[in-house]
Amino acid sequence: MLEIKNLHARAGESDILRGLDLAVRAGEVHAIMGPNGSGKSTLAHVLAGRPGYTVTDGEVLYKGKDLLALAPEERAREGVFLAFQYPVEIAGVSNVYFLKAATNAIRKHRGLPELDALDFLALLKQKAKVVDLDEDLVKRAVNEGFSGGEKKRNEIFQMAVLEPSLAILDETDSGLDIDALRIVAEGVNRLRGPERAMIVVTHYQRLLNYIVPDFVHVLVEGRIVRSGGKEMALELEERGYSWLEKEPAAVPAGGR
Amino acid sequence: MTVVAEDRDAYRASFERFAALHAASAPAWLREQRTAAIARFVEKGLPTSRDEAWRHTPVGPLVRARFEPADPDAPVPADVLAALPRDGFSGARLVFVNGRFAPGLSSLDPGQAGVEVASLRELLRSQPGRLQPWLGRAVSGQAGAFADLNAAFAEDGAVVIVAPGQVVRQPVLVAHVAAGNGTPSVSYLRTLVLAGRGSECRVVESYGSPDAGASLVNAVTEIVVEDNAFVGRYKLQREGGERLHVATLAARLGRDARLADHSIALGAALSRDDLDVRFEAEGGDCVLNGLFVLDGRRVADTHSRIEHREPHCSSRQHYKGIVDGHGRGVFNGLVVVRPGAQKTDALQMNQNLLLSRQALVHSTPQLEILADDVKCKHGSTTGQLDPAALFYLRSRGLSETAARSLLTWAFASDLVRKMEIEPLRRIVERHLQAHLPGVADLAEVLP
Repeated sequence: MLEIKNLHARAGESDILRGLDLAVRAGEVHAIMGPNGSGKSTLAHVLAGRPGYTVTDGEVLYKGKDLLALAPEERAREGVFLAFQYPVEIAGVSNVYFLKAATNAIRKHRGLPELDALDFLALLKQKAKVVDLDEDLVKRAVNEGFSGGEKKRNEIFQMAVLEPSLAILDETDSGLDIDALRIVAEGVNRLRGPERAMIVVTHYQRLLNYIVPDFVHVLVEGRIVRSGGKEMALELEERGYSWLEKEPAAVPAGGR
Repeated sequence: MTVVAEDRDAYRASFERFAALHAASAPAWLREQRTAAIARFVEKGLPTSRDEAWRHTPVGPLVRARFEPADPDAPVPADVLAALPRDGFSGARLVFVNGRFAPGLSSLDPGQAGVEVASLRELLRSQPGRLQPWLGRAVSGQAGAFADLNAAFAEDGAVVIVAPGQVVRQPVLVAHVAAGNGTPSVSYLRTLVLAGRGSECRVVESYGSPDAGASLVNAVTEIVVEDNAFVGRYKLQREGGERLHVATLAARLGRDARLADHSIALGAALSRDDLDVRFEAEGGDCVLNGLFVLDGRRVADTHSRIEHREPHCSSRQHYKGIVDGHGRGVFNGLVVVRPGAQKTDALQMNQNLLLSRQALVHSTPQLEILADDVKCKHGSTTGQLDPAALFYLRSRGLSETAARSLLTWAFASDLVRKMEIEPLRRIVERHLQAHLPGVADLAEVLP
């Protein structure tokens, strides 16, 4: 589904990604871990097409297409979804209207008929249950006045509605208490499926107790320095990252 | 300087002709008012860019052209009539063509007792002394040159008199249209709203002339809100893109009186609003909301003055500007708290959204506080669309154009939503939708 080859990217003036390789197949969940400043969020943003980043080398193939050539909205319509670390508050635009516009933009792109208002509301109601999101919040302005946990649940709710092929979760767990984390993780787990791949970017191993990944990768200084199975997360939790920072990056890319 | 002097002479000569023509029909007190007004104008002259109140506004178009009085009998094109707000308004409707009441297009029936709706010209004829205590009371002699010209030349306009304790259920619609052959002309319109003790009414003022030509509308609205009464005033300016629009609102509030003013400026090459609100007794409350939307090389300018003279009054002013192209917005808001006006609660906010690199806004919120136990706050922000919000919307599949339009819409929508007269709100929403690109994608998103 996704093939990242020798990806180099800069944020502003500084080199962040320095030759990143990663392959993700449909149905897999990959966790990306690493110390602060290792490039985890940059990777998420570059994949989603956020302005402000420059790819200086390498390529990213998504379903065989050149992902980097697409505008952010085209990536979304092709099935890429980024759950934001810091979801944006948009006063004056209700979640319902916003998601309807997004859903219909995506459906139109795929040659599907637009959903009518009733069908859409029924869909929202059903999806809101996935993350236990209050219906009142669904109708409110996007993220406006939401608590940190509500914002993260709203991200997963949007993901449930938009049904992406590739979901990138950027530190969806950070700042959540254990109950909120459990709700978010359960929501994510219910969206796992053979046709959907996920990249879970996290700073804390704790999330991976709830969202059990197929592969864990450690990102250090813009490269994946180690890849392994889910048990590697525990090792990282115990030993930290410093021992990896000193090792040469001589490891095979995970997930092939 | 000679040019300025010539302008004054031209207006004076024009006034002399006007006075000779109308000497017999106008009551003596009104003739005196008009003569005093032209004398004030001659003293002041037309504004120049050196005047503080016009520093950021290109006065050229207002002072260079020689405006002939607009012909009140000019035929009104069908498209002008079609653009009149009608749907959803079931109360009294007063339509003015080139500053003259058009009975055939109007309905003076407010549908209830306790409120009188009339054309100023008719009322001056039928009851010459009736308005003497009121007309020109709220507008002070310190008002600008254009208010003086209006006082000197205005012959017609709308009069709304609400009896004490009466609640007017349907908003009164005052609509001005201009018709002409393209030569620069000027229309004067004067509106007077008198809300008796404990009464309530809403007045919608609409200005819209889709025809081309740099003609000028000079409107003055006086509102007297007596004790414990409420007046809601809604001004919708959607003049054609070459037209000039100058308007003054002067409101005087009695004890516990409330005023809510919503001003929407969508059109005209140059649009200038002067607002003057004065609390004359304790416990008053006023809300001034405004939205201006500019593109091309259009200019919108609001100068407001809210004067707290008495204790325990509250004022809330919130103005927003959306400026695209080479548009230029000016907001100058002054809140004055006089000595003794303790417990004043004043909030003033101006927020502007610049949609292009060339767009410009001059924002000057000002407080002048001469009392020591007050709560006053003001602020001003001017910026572009939030790139983080744009990316967020695009990352969900919305096109960049649609995302920009949606955020622009959202910026305006909180003020638009506060206009509780639905047909008016719909007009504004439709206008915004028509001017925001990519709305096809957003048909479902925008109400």
